Amino acid sequence: MSTKGIVKGIISNLVTVEVDGPVSQNEIAYIHLDSARLMAEVLKVIDNKAFVQVFESTRGLQVGNEVEFNGHMLEVTLGPGLLSRNYDGLQNDLDKLTGIFLQRGEYNFPLDKEKLWKFTPIAQPGDKVVAGSWLGEVDENFQPHKIMVPFAFEGSFTVKSVVPEGEYTIMDKVAVVTDADGKEIELNMIQRWPVKKAITVHAEKPRPFKLLETGVRTIDTANPIVEGGTGFIPGPFGTGKTVLQHAISKQAEADIVIIAACGERANEVVEIFVEFPELDDPHTGRKLMERTIIIANTSNMPVASREASVYTAMTISEYYRAMGLRVLMMADSTSRWAQALREMSNRMEELPGQDAFPMDLSAIIANFYSRAGYVYLNNGKTGSITFIGTVSPAGGNLKEPVTESTKKAARCFYALDQTRADRKRYPAVNPIDSYSKYIEYPEFEEYISERISTGWTAKVNDMKTILQRGKEVQEQINILGDDGVPVDYHITFWKSEVIDFVILQQDAFDKIDSVCPMERQKYMLDLVMDICESDFEFNGFMQVMDYFKGVINVCKQMNYSEFESDQFKKYENELKEILAERKK
Amino acid sequence: MATKAFQKIYTKITRITKATCSLHASGVGNEELATVNGKLAQVVKIDGEEVTLQVFQGTEGIPTDAEVVFLGKAPSLKVGDQLAGRFFNSFGDPIDGGPDVEGEEREIGGPSVNPVRRKQPSELIATGIAGIDLNNTLVSGQKIPFFADPDQPFNEVMANVALRAKADKIVLGGMGLTNDDYLYFKNVFSNAGVLDRIVSFVNTTENPPVERLLIPDMSLTAAEYFAIDKNEDVLVLLTDMTSYADALAIVSNRMDQIPSKDSMPGSLYSDLAKIYEKAVQFPAGGSITIIAVTTLSGGDITHAIPDNTGYITEGQLFLRRDSDVGKVIVDPFRSLSRLKQLVIGSKTREDHPQVMNAAVRLFADAANAKTKLENGFDLTDYDERTLSFAKDYSEQLLAIDVNIDTTQMLDVAWDLFQTHFKKTEVSIKQNLVDKYWK
Repeated sequence: MSTKGIVKGIISNLVTVEVDGPVSQNEIAYIHLDSARLMAEVLKVIDNKAFVQVFESTRGLQVGNEVEFNGHMLEVTLGPGLLSRNYDGLQNDLDKLTGIFLQRGEYNFPLDKEKLWKFTPIAQPGDKVVAGSWLGEVDENFQPHKIMVPFAFEGSFTVKSVVPEGEYTIMDKVAVVTDADGKEIELNMIQRWPVKKAITVHAEKPRPFKLLETGVRTIDTANPIVEGGTGFIPGPFGTGKTVLQHAISKQAEADIVIIAACGERANEVVEIFVEFPELDDPHTGRKLMERTIIIANTSNMPVASREASVYTAMTISEYYRAMGLRVLMMADSTSRWAQALREMSNRMEELPGQDAFPMDLSAIIANFYSRAGYVYLNNGKTGSITFIGTVSPAGGNLKEPVTESTKKAARCFYALDQTRADRKRYPAVNPIDSYSKYIEYPEFEEYISERISTGWTAKVNDMKTILQRGKEVQEQINILGDDGVPVDYHITFWKSEVIDFVILQQDAFDKIDSVCPMERQKYMLDLVMDICESDFEFNGFMQVMDYFKGVINVCKQMNYSEFESDQFKKYENELKEILAERKK
Repeated sequence: MATKAFQKIYTKITRITKATCSLHASGVGNEELATVNGKLAQVVKIDGEEVTLQVFQGTEGIPTDAEVVFLGKAPSLKVGDQLAGRFFNSFGDPIDGGPDVEGEEREIGGPSVNPVRRKQPSELIATGIAGIDLNNTLVSGQKIPFFADPDQPFNEVMANVALRAKADKIVLGGMGLTNDDYLYFKNVFSNAGVLDRIVSFVNTTENPPVERLLIPDMSLTAAEYFAIDKNEDVLVLLTDMTSYADALAIVSNRMDQIPSKDSMPGSLYSDLAKIYEKAVQFPAGGSITIIAVTTLSGGDITHAIPDNTGYITEGQLFLRRDSDVGKVIVDPFRSLSRLKQLVIGSKTREDHPQVMNAAVRLFADAANAKTKLENGFDLTDYDERTLSFAKDYSEQLLAIDVNIDTTQMLDVAWDLFQTHFKKTEVSIKQNLVDKYWK
């Protein structure tokens, strides 16, 4: 017998319910309003009063409306057919909803119950299995989608039978397992999991070390992110956060991409809806949409489901990681998620922390980022979730609570810089403020030495030193004037400009330059560092700028040309001639 | 408003603040309307038997035995073709002396459009103002504010944009307009002979501030009627959203909510997003475009209102007085239209993106030259030429009194390039230079 309740109070989307039985924290309740049922989540309990946040508008709700509690926390349904779908924050399939407007209380089943999947067994009768063990697989958009022992199962089980290879729907029985007491349990292809709990069916979670190639030079070369790594991109509006994030999600070398559009502009989500089905995945040549799931909770959709949306996305990511796949999850923007937390905390009249955010904001963010990672599964295979979040700092000030808390949790930091954006130096990632902690990991160094070349990290470090030095020198020139400093200062400054223009800047709208494979990044960095390490002869500072502008122009033409094409080689020869003119 | 038979009447108010009053009542729905001694109010909080009402006109003179009547419905607007050409107050009641509108009654502040039912915006809105059409092209279904100091002529520019844009309907939502500005809009629209396609909801500074909270939703409900039921292109003008946000802060303060940045309510982002995200292009052809005004204090865009707005809207337009030419221009550096990529070079001439960038870059070079001059350094010949270019560019293209079509704007830009620069100095793709440099 499930617990029932009656509405006693309403402020915006916080509703007080008097209950007649036990309720648990974060349990889901449905409030009856006319013919609709509004979904809500328990946030606080005092005596027989449960405080629930409603995921919908509460207009028209009255004292006395009936409430039923369903005994579960907010859950998602996991199974084949998640890919290519557009969900809202509560995993309703947006394409299945009727009408132009989102009607409150309209929920639907997120998967297709009729579709037949070609199932191939993996487990054999007699196998010992635990939660997360692979029983079989189906082909989902060319990804091996594993059918697993439900994550909620505790203890070990024995496989009694697995159906033979053939076509089945997600609702069909595909396996029978027996528990320790010999009780038989029938399994189909789907399972449910509460979004706020991490799925931890792996054996081990080591430090991540494998480079995740994104094709963006300022990331891969300067501050690389790794498979299973975490990163964040803070930036004031108009600094190209969305363009950068779209570039990463289009190009990254991942099997599955999950995008949580959390409280952002609807037209930007529409852009993904329109573009992704058309664009090709640069690694497989298939359509991008085939490997993508979009969780769209745009800024005008109810604020409580905005909070849920990032958890929904993370849970689905964990599900695919348990299949041994490489998942990339992007959340735009985690600030909107934090604001949703603030709105609720405010309504619950909790004592506020800094900028009125809840006191435990930092812990919530750290906990969320910790769900990403690289894992060894129980069968020895590996899987990963790489998580990149964006932050929209109020007033562009990085000293605000969301940015600061995220900085503690994430290992890569890509600071978007207003001045760089104003000067049209895109991507506007500030090379000096940004960092990647992974580059300091010995495991990473070992991996990258093998993958690219020995001494790679040292070379990247030298590049950063030149950039730093270039910045210092530029300040001196600004104070003392062009002729107030030695010619060497100008040379140092312009060498740093070569790095900026050729390596850091990249044209996201150019067909060739937008994606730069690692091999090519190495080639260009070697080339540029060779220039930086050479000595040049000049008579006066006037010559320096013109000369290096010429160098930059030729290098940029190389970036725009097909790698190692005739055109590319033509520019490279041109560059050699220019360098020969002045090299000492 | 007439009392109906089934309505319960209460006469015992237990608590009164400047903006709200509370009483014991039952069977009341959240966000339901009520009248308190005839003044319109809305339910904002229910705690057991106690119901708190936000009184739009303020609570001055409300006695503890005031007559409270619950109307059993959320704020709504009667929609129909008769809305066109009319002026209404915050409650949707006519203020032009005309008759009440007959039509279907719709709740305001309705649900959001399902994102998968939207169409990507792709139709250019021509305003004739080169600072907008050339550098920050607007697209139907877009939402964009003017960020302006109160002394700048944003209402004039907005009225011009509204008149020149080929919208089927223009909805004016005036919040905290001065009476003078209200009359200005009224005159401009009636002189232009376009009153029949304008719908206005106006709250002037003479009206209580809390009333203006209804204006955006009223305006957008009217806009949705024309965009969805009639498949029309609707342009919504909201001025000034800062007054709206200030009213939100007043109510949240009276309800003892903990303020966040700049004394604004913690829900400011969601509140603004709910309004701006009503901008949409429907697949059936109708669209809602929102042009708003956010007044700044001393040009400070880090304040919570412009800052939150910037994260929601698709760009922003800045006006600035250019002392070199003595005219107000659309600032090419700080202004941005995020949707321009969807139309420039495809709906306009092929050279548009390159010409736009080249001109802004040269204008930036002029700004550097100016700094050099002010710091007492010598100018090169190139510096001198950028300065004279900047003056012509400001005068002939950026100024808000320009009114030409996009192709003419591009021709003017090429003329200016040829007058002041060499072919190699404009860094435009060679094939375009060959074609357009005469």
